[in-house]
Amino acid sequence: MDPIITITNLDKTYKSGFSALRNINLEIRRGEIFALLGPNGAGKTTLISTICGIVNPTAGRVLADGHDIVRDYRASRSKIGLVPQELHTDAFETVWATLNFSRGLFGKPSDPALLERILRDLSLWDKRDAKIMTLSGGMKRRVMIAKALSHEPSILFLDEPTAGVDVELRRDMWAMVRGLRERGVTIILTTHYIEEAEEMADRIGVISKGEIILVEEKTRLMRQLGKKQLTLQLQSPLAAIPPELAGEPLELSADGNELVYTFDTQSERTGIAGLLRRLAEHGIDFKDLHSSESSLEDIFVSLVSTRA
Amino acid sequence: MNLHAIRAIYRFEMARTGRTLMQSIASPVLSTSLYFIVFGAAIGSRMGAVDGVDYGAFIIPGLIMLTLLTESISNASFGIYLPKWSGTIYELLSAPVSWIEVVVGYVGAAASKSVILGLLILITARFFVAYEIAHPLWMIGFLVLTAATFSLFGFIIGIWADGFEKLQVIPLMIVTPLTFLGGSFYSISMLPPFWQKVALINPVVYLVNGFRWSFYGVSDVNAALSFSMTLAFLVVCLGVVWWIFRTGYRLRQ
Ligand SMILES: Nc1ncnc2c1ncn2[C@@H]1O[C@H](COP(=O)(O)OP(=O)(O)OP(=O)(O)O)[C@@H](O)[C@H]1O
Ligand SMILES: [Mg+2]
Repeated sequence: MDPIITITNLDKTYKSGFSALRNINLEIRRGEIFALLGPNGAGKTTLISTICGIVNPTAGRVLADGHDIVRDYRASRSKIGLVPQELHTDAFETVWATLNFSRGLFGKPSDPALLERILRDLSLWDKRDAKIMTLSGGMKRRVMIAKALSHEPSILFLDEPTAGVDVELRRDMWAMVRGLRERGVTIILTTHYIEEAEEMADRIGVISKGEIILVEEKTRLMRQLGKKQLTLQLQSPLAAIPPELAGEPLELSADGNELVYTFDTQSERTGIAGLLRRLAEHGIDFKDLHSSESSLEDIFVSLVSTRA
Repeated sequence: MNLHAIRAIYRFEMARTGRTLMQSIASPVLSTSLYFIVFGAAIGSRMGAVDGVDYGAFIIPGLIMLTLLTESISNASFGIYLPKWSGTIYELLSAPVSWIEVVVGYVGAAASKSVILGLLILITARFFVAYEIAHPLWMIGFLVLTAATFSLFGFIIGIWADGFEKLQVIPLMIVTPLTFLGGSFYSISMLPPFWQKVALINPVVYLVNGFRWSFYGVSDVNAALSFSMTLAFLVVCLGVVWWIFRTGYRLRQ
């Protein structure tokens, strides 16, 4: 896949002397949703701000859609939309005016039909003439998303888009992000909600203390590091695991109604077929079963803590 | 050239002015009227003509300059300081705009407002005193050049300032005294010889006198010198702004 963003040996040292990014090398693929995870202060916002032109890089190089973000900033920045982490809005402006401003600032001729569609998609159309200061926090965040989309970027950065957003709106945002990807927009988002990355991302990067410590396909990441569990709901409760099955990685729930089998998704044979056969041989019947994978959260926590 | 961006910034800034129309326009018009009532009518009637110009008419160019300088600086500095303070500057910094477009948009809007105010004062003055304008084109030239130059200067102050107090400090501590001492209300030939020499160090003397020359054809200093000095200051300010955007001084971390 050809990369839409290529980051090479990027360093950022703030004036205070603090080294916020260290030798970042990363490629973002065209059309993907890339989730950047990392604890507070890891450097997520710094990385995004550098690519967008808000922070000057100390060393290294970034290409956005083939354009150097420093030398060829006009071309690179016109491709990029940014929704920053903090809510910064022009309190006294109307939603409609601020959108028109954004579009113009990015060098695009006015297009009321497009802005209307964006506002409708974000359920803000009714608020188009409202002053931004009269909106709720969640609405303001959507205004910022609308501003970022107003100039039709092909790369969209969402820095913690769902922080402080209610469950329903979060679902809407996920749907919107998926819709954007279907239209070919590349999306890079940061989040502290692991289920968000799990739900949305094609690939996941983990940054810690200014260094990228992992980049992986989400599915492969979960397969590689994840354990799967098969839970069997028994027809009738067991007092104990039959001794013949003692060698298996089995656990019995406290009430004796559930039998949990843990297996590694990596291994050639999961042993499920054999297990089920042997259960039948011992007359253990079950009425239902489901399998679950260990979550990204477990993976993430173990990754960052082993690095700490 | 990102013309759409220039237009967007200019319109945004003019809309901001529009929202505060009353204080933007009422206060300079009101204060000018007060000056005319006090200096023009009350005191001026007891003063002789200065350089052959009636005192009430004599102070018009100085009054306009006073407003032009303070308003240009405060408008432009506030215009760029506000997004820095509220954080909305992120959008400007991430936009495909060069420093020239940013400056034309912000400084253009601030200067436009100052020019409008200057003309309003000119109209207001007409209600108090009769005056003629000897060189109307030069008058407009001085008006626009001064508004642009000091808006640019204000823009620099707005970027430099990291608190609301700093926005006030230069206009209050430097520009206002220089304007009052710069012969807005008197001809420097009225000063003792030593202070005349000192006054010539004050750049505002050149601004006021050049502007006054465009009205009445009289000046303490050469009008061409006034014009070129203002132009030189404009170039210096442009250089500073270019440097600011090149290094990201107080804009980009
Ligand atoms: N302007 C600045 N000057 C000095 N240090 C800074 C500046 N901005 C950020 N930092 C430091 O850089 C580090 C990375 O900050 P950054 O905002 O990129 O983290 P983050 O991963 O986005 O964190 P969070 O999840 O809390 O948003 C932090 O230690 C922060 O204190
Ligand atoms: Mg952050």
